[in-house]
Amino acid sequence: MTYTVQVTVMPLKELLDPQGKAVMGGLSNLGLSNVQDVRIGKNITLQVEAGSADAAKEIAETAAKKLLANPVMEYFEVAVN
Amino acid sequence: MKFGVVVFPGSNCDRDMQEALQNDLKQEVVMLWHKDKDLSRFTTNDCIILPGGFSYGDYLRCGAIARFSPMMQSVIDFANSGGKVLGVCNGFQILCESHLLPGVLLRNANQQFICKNVYLKGVGGADKALKIPIAHGEGRYFADEATLNELEANNQVIYRYCDEKGQITAAANPNGAIRNIAGICNKNRNVFGMMPHPERACTSALGNIDGRIILKTLIMQPQPAFV
Amino acid sequence: MEITAKTAAQLRITEEEFELIKERLGRTPNFTELCAFSGMWSEHCSYKNSIKWLKTLPRDGSKMLVKAGEENAGLMDIGDGYGVVFKIESHNHPSAIEPFQGAATGVGGIHRDIFTMGARPIASLNSLRFGKLEEAKTQHLLAGVVHGISHYGNCFGVPTVGGEVYFEQKYHTNPLVNAMSVGIVKNGETVSATAKGIGNPVFFVGSATGKDGIGGASFASADITAESAEELPAVQVGDPFQEKKLLEACLEVLQTGAVVGMQDMGAAGIICSTSEMSAKGEVGMRIDLEKVPTRQKNMKAWELLLSESQERMLMVVEKGKEKEVLDVFEKWDLPCSEIGEVTGDGILRFYMHGVLEAELPAYDLVLGGGAPQYSRNYIQPDYFSKIEAFNANSIEVPDDLRAVAEKLVTIPNIASKKAVYVQYDSMVGTGNASTNQPSDAAIVIAKPTNKGLALTTDCNSRYVFANPYKGAMIAVAEAARNIVCSGGAPLGITNCLNFGNPYDPQVYYQFVEAIKGMGEACRRFDTPVTGGNVSFYNQNPDGPVYPTPTIGMVGVLEHVNDKMTLDFKHAGDTIYLIGKSSGDINSSEYLHKIQGVEFSPAPQFDLETEFMLQEKVAALIKARVIESAHDVSEGGLFTALLESGFNRNLGVDVVATDYNIRKDGYWFGEAQSRVVVSVRSNKEEAFKRAMGIHPFEELGVVTTGSVEIDGMEWGHIEAWKALYDNAIQNIISGQESGHALSAL
Repeated sequence: MTYTVQVTVMPLKELLDPQGKAVMGGLSNLGLSNVQDVRIGKNITLQVEAGSADAAKEIAETAAKKLLANPVMEYFEVAVN
Repeated sequence: MKFGVVVFPGSNCDRDMQEALQNDLKQEVVMLWHKDKDLSRFTTNDCIILPGGFSYGDYLRCGAIARFSPMMQSVIDFANSGGKVLGVCNGFQILCESHLLPGVLLRNANQQFICKNVYLKGVGGADKALKIPIAHGEGRYFADEATLNELEANNQVIYRYCDEKGQITAAANPNGAIRNIAGICNKNRNVFGMMPHPERACTSALGNIDGRIILKTLIMQPQPAFV
Repeated sequence: MEITAKTAAQLRITEEEFELIKERLGRTPNFTELCAFSGMWSEHCSYKNSIKWLKTLPRDGSKMLVKAGEENAGLMDIGDGYGVVFKIESHNHPSAIEPFQGAATGVGGIHRDIFTMGARPIASLNSLRFGKLEEAKTQHLLAGVVHGISHYGNCFGVPTVGGEVYFEQKYHTNPLVNAMSVGIVKNGETVSATAKGIGNPVFFVGSATGKDGIGGASFASADITAESAEELPAVQVGDPFQEKKLLEACLEVLQTGAVVGMQDMGAAGIICSTSEMSAKGEVGMRIDLEKVPTRQKNMKAWELLLSESQERMLMVVEKGKEKEVLDVFEKWDLPCSEIGEVTGDGILRFYMHGVLEAELPAYDLVLGGGAPQYSRNYIQPDYFSKIEAFNANSIEVPDDLRAVAEKLVTIPNIASKKAVYVQYDSMVGTGNASTNQPSDAAIVIAKPTNKGLALTTDCNSRYVFANPYKGAMIAVAEAARNIVCSGGAPLGITNCLNFGNPYDPQVYYQFVEAIKGMGEACRRFDTPVTGGNVSFYNQNPDGPVYPTPTIGMVGVLEHVNDKMTLDFKHAGDTIYLIGKSSGDINSSEYLHKIQGVEFSPAPQFDLETEFMLQEKVAALIKARVIESAHDVSEGGLFTALLESGFNRNLGVDVVATDYNIRKDGYWFGEAQSRVVVSVRSNKEEAFKRAMGIHPFEELGVVTTGSVEIDGMEWGHIEAWKALYDNAIQNIISGQESGHALSAL
């Protein structure tokens, strides 16, 4: 069957995220000073044809490892709906 | 009349605009810091310019963070009371984010930044296609059908991409902008936005002064001459 | 933790160097101190394997306003009370690992070198080398590097006005990314990277420090192997928006007069900037590391010392004027913290919450001080025998020269690089006078003066491979020729010396010979070497890259409108070749890419002939007797003629002047010291008079568009332009999907 898999790709925690930093500045200009940190990544939705949720997850992980995420800069999380 | 050029922390065409207006077009220019708010020395006969650049690094969406700066609040009031405002490139993006102009500027169709000369048909270009540089990664104008039809009906499209001979063709569209739109104005015809950079074509040493035509006809006359 | 030679080896310090460190300190260093030496004595910071030879280069001249190597970049007088600051630097190893951030931070780093001296950057150039364009890996690297340069440079707001891109198999694993920045400063308004004044506060400004890029300097000094490509890399993330603010804030803070000295933080971060500034000022510093703004919690002393987080500066401020400095950085929303003070004893003391973490004599850490300097052995490379064995007569002249020409103009090294440069903002700053009127070098207005700067980067590394001595001379000569053909007078150079592993004597031979050749050419053209950068270890198990001593040259035009352009202006103008036609096919793109010959000597070149040619071209431009000037380089005379016609869609009707010369060499050979010019009919006599006894040949006339070679119809210029313009995009399009993904 077809599984919807969400792959979240985020910048590595130890690396600077310039975009998150700029948005953080923008939010504090708006007075939203309770926001302590902002990090921006991307969410990728895959429709995966697989025999089981685990198999779908595995396929999505391979996709993330090989292409969707750049391990030099990013980590990812995979969730099957 | 005088001109105010807003300086955001990441503006990088602010000086170019200042020099074009001051040196090439002999106009009075005041630089306006984004953290200030005071526009009291400007009357509605004057013009505020939002220059090109990367106002806040263009993170999140181009122009999204700049919209909330103190100076922009005053510029929005100034525009709403009838003062002239011109946004070039990033300035156009800020005007759209601020809802002073309809539509959005999406990433270029080829997903890349593009810097080159293009040709424009529109205000001041009745006799010839105007050669003006573009330099943007997110300049693909887009709006829904209803908005576009309204823009056209009100004659609010001020520039379209064309070829050297003035033909509006798909091949002459550098970024995939809908209906080849390069610049628009609001219904009241006092807020103008355009992706191409007229200030980059004002100095004779650069070998192209078509930009002077745009600045002269669009903002230096009481009523712009519409095509 | 016991510190042994083994610990040192892990930090890439040799046993011999470890002994030297103990001798200098009179004790065994602790781990933090050893890390400091690891960074500072790395090849990247210490130039330990190159400095001996770099000192043989001409580094003096009447127009030099600072001594070579003294400051972050070269500074030369251009007249009217202004100076030009310029430097080229490599970011090869980071770009091999992460092309986008590697290239982006390379651009950021070189601009900081310029504005840390008080100059505003007005132009940048870059010199790139990749493997074969047909390879998916190359396309990935190319897309990433170009996107990185475009991302950083465009946002920072400095136009990219020139550069070069070459594709050769030898760069497959080790691409080269060399970035050059050029700035303008009013004489007397520069700031030195020197710490002075005991008790003066030391300020840290710019981005907060994170763990990114720790050990980058040591990292850059290691061979890239499959294993190191996999290991957790020392990437840094660039933030051009932050750097733009840093630029404006730094230039503004200098106007307050409160700044004593300033240096940017590049390789080896805080330890490098504190030790170099202190050593130069013959002072020491006390630094409280916990006062350094950090992005991550619990950073260790050694991490803080070595972090290569981007967009940071170290500043020594006059005591009592701290407020003026803080106000400027507050205005620009940039962190600015007082982290220590200047001391009198020449010792750097780093504390963390009051605990002394490291105590090091600044002098012992730096180049020109205690850092080691080595003399390496060198021997002539084995492959030279293959070059000597080449006999041009073994190559038959092809029957169908037009077919050869059609292939030639689509070779990526020759074809238009439009697909690359269209992604760079080349016009911001409204100073690029070459956009609408191209010249061999980029011409930029040196605002606020009316002078022009002529800028170019050049290096044909296959020539250097064939003959390192001659090849490096050619690189300098071509740079000067490009400037002269644009109406400028060569002023000085910066160099980026990209070589393999210096411990390989055959690689080191290439380095030594290239330096000798470069020095000789620079002396002849009176263009001192103002500074630059050495990048060794561009090598992998398959071997080193081509020796690539990239030359960045700056020239001056008294008035920007004095420029000469490269394009033919009118049909009917006569086309001349200044210099002598030749049948030399050695090391040409034609011989290498079409005939498939890997080993052949460097092309014909004689330094004196070149010098005379440039004097003559300069005189022709001054006398205003020529309409265009374009030098003959890759792709030979035929390519130079086409390139002269493209801008206005004008063709040529030309006939070989000597039928005894082999035709492939005549049209496609790359013998040096030749320039194509065009002359209006009413200037013919004046032109010939101006030429005097200097050799020149009449090739034919400019046509309205048809290309006629030796009486044969070779089609229309627009067809040639389409081939030339689209070649690179056509090769890339074969991999459209991979290309689009790079934009993710």
